[in-house]
Amino acid sequence: MISFDKVGYSYGGGELLSDISLTLAPGSFHFLTGPSGAGKTTFLKLCYGELLPTSGRLMLFDGEARGLSRDAVALVRRRVGVVHQDCQFLDHLPVAANVALPLTVAGKEAEVADLQDLLGWVGLRPLADALPPSLSGGERQRAAVARAVITSPDVILADEPTGNLDWEMSLRLLKLFAELNRMGKTLVVATHDMNLIRAAKGLVAARVLRIQNRRVQLAGADL
Amino acid sequence: MILRWLNRAETGADRVVPPTGHTVWLTGFTAAAMTFLAVFALALSLAAGRLADRWSDALSNTATIRISAPADQLPAQTRAVLALLDTTPGISGPRALSTAEQRALLEPWFGPDLPVESLSLPQLVEFTADDGGYDVQGLRLRLQAEAPGAVLDDHTRWRRPLTVAAERLRLLGWLSLALIGGAMAAMITLAANTALAANAKVIQVLRLVGAQDGFIAGAFVRRFTLRALSGSAVGALAGIGGILLLPSADAAGGFLTGLGFQGWGWLAPAALPPLAALVAWGATRTAAFAKLRELT
Repeated sequence: MISFDKVGYSYGGGELLSDISLTLAPGSFHFLTGPSGAGKTTFLKLCYGELLPTSGRLMLFDGEARGLSRDAVALVRRRVGVVHQDCQFLDHLPVAANVALPLTVAGKEAEVADLQDLLGWVGLRPLADALPPSLSGGERQRAAVARAVITSPDVILADEPTGNLDWEMSLRLLKLFAELNRMGKTLVVATHDMNLIRAAKGLVAARVLRIQNRRVQLAGADL
Repeated sequence: MILRWLNRAETGADRVVPPTGHTVWLTGFTAAAMTFLAVFALALSLAAGRLADRWSDALSNTATIRISAPADQLPAQTRAVLALLDTTPGISGPRALSTAEQRALLEPWFGPDLPVESLSLPQLVEFTADDGGYDVQGLRLRLQAEAPGAVLDDHTRWRRPLTVAAERLRLLGWLSLALIGGAMAAMITLAANTALAANAKVIQVLRLVGAQDGFIAGAFVRRFTLRALSGSAVGALAGIGGILLLPSADAAGGFLTGLGFQGWGWLAPAALPPLAALVAWGATRTAAFAKLRELT
């Protein structure tokens, strides 16, 4: 599905990721940990074509990342739901329209009942008509999660998805991720939150990856 | 198909672009102002075309023979010319102008009291050429032989510069239309570029959720096309109003007062708003795809 073959990523300041070789198999669940600035966000950006590797070979579904056109990258992103740290939205559209945006750009209409269910699940039904600037950090993060899963994508990438959520909501989110994984979705969750990783034990068969010294390594035993 | 495409405006796909911003009124105003000017350029072009046709038709069908001879020979030469014209193929209705008619011709310059009878004026003979025309060179040679004082004026020397002037005026009208279209395309391109640059974050979010270039460009293109169409419709109506306010051609009879539309020509301004929309569509589409390539 997504496979790294000796992939490296460098920017002006030097090499950030080096010699990464791994495959995110269909139906797998990975937590990604590592210190701040280690390259977790960069790794995720490579996974959805926002960044291109500077060395090695990265396969995104059936295409080599560096050979994809802009429109082909867009098609890749329709199969990948992303929850960003900064949770960007279209500020002039209400929450419901923002959550339904992946369907809109794919030329599909959101089923009102399904959209309401999803908003209810992340606790945002009362805020369906609110504009994003009026949301708190936690509400934005929940809206971003809803947007990432609305198309039921093959792969879900989440960058610190519980950073602004309370523990109860974090657990609900983890259960949603576990449920999606049971449905065959591939998940990569970058997080600092070791409690979240521990809580996943028993819910999901996840592997923990750690970025250290520019490389991605398996951290300890599988959960 | 185009109407269906335009009707998609302001549906979910188009609301992804924020509606506010100064490009809203800028595009509408530009389209309105340019179409207002285009109505006059169109009127100029059509009026110049009519003028060219009128001058050409009026002068090409008639010709004049001027007979300059001593007073005692003038009647005889006039009779000879008329007889000659009667037997010339392709000519009809030859007649000598009366004294009153000659006075009327000179009246604009010398006033009504000119004693035409006491002046040694040439005798004028006019005739009409048939549709097939006549042998101008042959007629000149025969006149030279039978009435030495007669000179044929087939109006070519008047007609040619007038027709050329009217044709150039018509060309100027079309050139003005092309320049107006070009200026409008340039201004809408600038407005579209400004809108695209101001919405870089919107584009980033759309790309994040899987929007292809065609979707993003389409949202901008439809919005600018509709703005141009509506602005241009207002400009066309204002332009037609301006034309209607001009003095009528009958009242003054001059070229400038004849600047307007006649018959089916009144429908010509209706073509301007769709043309403006087409220009806006092309300009915005080009600008959008260029900007999207830049924002990669």
